[in-house]
Amino acid sequence: MNTEALKELIYKMADDLLILGHRNSEWTGMGPLLEEDIAFSSMAQDKVGQSWQLYKILHTLGENDPDTVAFMRNADQFHNAQLCELPNGEYDFSLIRHFLFDTAELLKYQMLANSSYTDLANLAKKVKGEAKYHSMHAKIWIKQLGSATPESIERLQQSLDVALPYALGMFEKSPYEKEIIDEGLFGGEEVLMEAWKAEVEKIISDTKLILPDWSTIAPVYGGRKGVHTKHLQPLLDEMSEVFKVDPTADW
Amino acid sequence: MYGGGNVFEAMKATALADEDPKKLAEFEARIDRGEKIEPTDWMPQLYRKQLIRMIEQHAHSEIIGALPEGTWITRAPGFKRKLALMAKVQDEVGHAQLLYAAAETLGKPREQMIDDLISGKSKYSNIFNYPAFTWADSCFISWLVDAGAIVNQLANSKGSYGPYCRALERICAEESFHLKYGHHCVIHLATGTKKQREMMQAAVNRWWAPMMHFFGPSDKISVHSEILMKWKVKMASNDECRQQFLDMYVPKIWELGLTIPDDKLRKNTETGLWEYTEPDWDEFKRVINGDGPCNKERLAVRRIAEERGKWVREALLAPKAKYVTPLA
Ligand SMILES: [Fe+2]
Ligand SMILES: [Fe+2]
Ligand SMILES: [Fe+2]
Repeated sequence: MNTEALKELIYKMADDLLILGHRNSEWTGMGPLLEEDIAFSSMAQDKVGQSWQLYKILHTLGENDPDTVAFMRNADQFHNAQLCELPNGEYDFSLIRHFLFDTAELLKYQMLANSSYTDLANLAKKVKGEAKYHSMHAKIWIKQLGSATPESIERLQQSLDVALPYALGMFEKSPYEKEIIDEGLFGGEEVLMEAWKAEVEKIISDTKLILPDWSTIAPVYGGRKGVHTKHLQPLLDEMSEVFKVDPTADW
Repeated sequence: MYGGGNVFEAMKATALADEDPKKLAEFEARIDRGEKIEPTDWMPQLYRKQLIRMIEQHAHSEIIGALPEGTWITRAPGFKRKLALMAKVQDEVGHAQLLYAAAETLGKPREQMIDDLISGKSKYSNIFNYPAFTWADSCFISWLVDAGAIVNQLANSKGSYGPYCRALERICAEESFHLKYGHHCVIHLATGTKKQREMMQAAVNRWWAPMMHFFGPSDKISVHSEILMKWKVKMASNDECRQQFLDMYVPKIWELGLTIPDDKLRKNTETGLWEYTEPDWDEFKRVINGDGPCNKERLAVRRIAEERGKWVREALLAPKAKYVTPLA
């Protein structure tokens, strides 16, 4: 087994979940209604919890302990898609991102449930259920707000247009893509992206939103290789503010 | 979480003049027998009014209380703390949701309550008008402010209004987890590195006065509320709650090697009561009336959240929109 390929695969997932979970948690106390405040907090907990599990797997593969890995790296060492690090913006953007990300996340877990790497397959089986709720939550709200009032439709459309290039960036291929597929670790970004596109098309067609032709959208790549927007480093600085007061202390 | 120091209005002697004496007597007899009053039961106007005020203040305290701690979620050191704090603050928002629902059974819609919060018409626990400067401040809140809240809420859960009591029972169960979490955090800081210990002591120094204020003005100077006690709306006096808190937590704070910034604080072994420097009640009044370090900021955050979310709530009211089941 190619350990480097495996680690890269897991880092991408763990970093996606940590960063998006962190963003979701920023809605605490700020939601458009209490129920959504609670929903975003709940998803944040699931996501950060899943990232912790993934960093624990990485630890068994020789990486540093989860707290050090999560709290001590700089932006250029993170492998999350840029989609995850973008600021929350208004609720419309957070919702659209949540929909685009979690649609992919559920499909990814479903694929990984058959991974040849047992630890990953087991984790995927365990958390698939959580991911299913996240994806369901997003779909219900997209269907609702995507056909409710002129303002809600307009807002969602604008956010969708902004988020789509970043969303396609999630599927940036790994330098180890062939090994990953050949070794049965994961079915690969191409397969995932096609399944994702079909699902996104299905949900959007149930709304008054318009999905541009895929060929007209230029994916924003880079996140997987440590290239990030200006928004990631401040997020990490905030996240590690207390931890870095004394990284060796027991908090 | 929630502080006492409910702001009860002084009651006029005529407040009950319009009530049917027979119904009133029957109502009071039910309360004497320990029965719960339910939403559709007859109740005096004054009872309804005071309960709405109290439950509403409690609900507001939960969402406003989520703000000072909420700002530490993104900075919590390590996975364990980050996850626990997220869950804790989420619980607090859930408490607000439960309590607004309990208050709604008395006839005031949630939207109106939130409007009254934002306009400053209704109050919330004074302690959240102070800033949480450091991680240690958030730990102090999780442990001791929640501990104070439990003292209050346990008393109130034995009250007479059914929906409020049931909400409080659920809330108290969750609060005890918050307290455990907060206690662990404080233990780690108080027994940690020099920096951590200093951070924790500074937090205790900062938060002690607001903590003493938390239970409300001393019984000697607070508005008389005999009838609210009789109707089991208010279950314990401010001083009783404060004494209970001091008795349970001062020894635990001292045990950790922390000092409390009050030279007079001691337990009188003869009376069994704690003696302390009388808190500055003028400051309490000033802060509760809007002039605290964070009043404006807290309400502004709430107002902005409401304004930013308006289009979402409107979209949910759209004719074809279905109600969306909350996730949790
Ligand atoms: Fe609490
Ligand atoms: Fe609470
Ligand atoms: Fe929770």
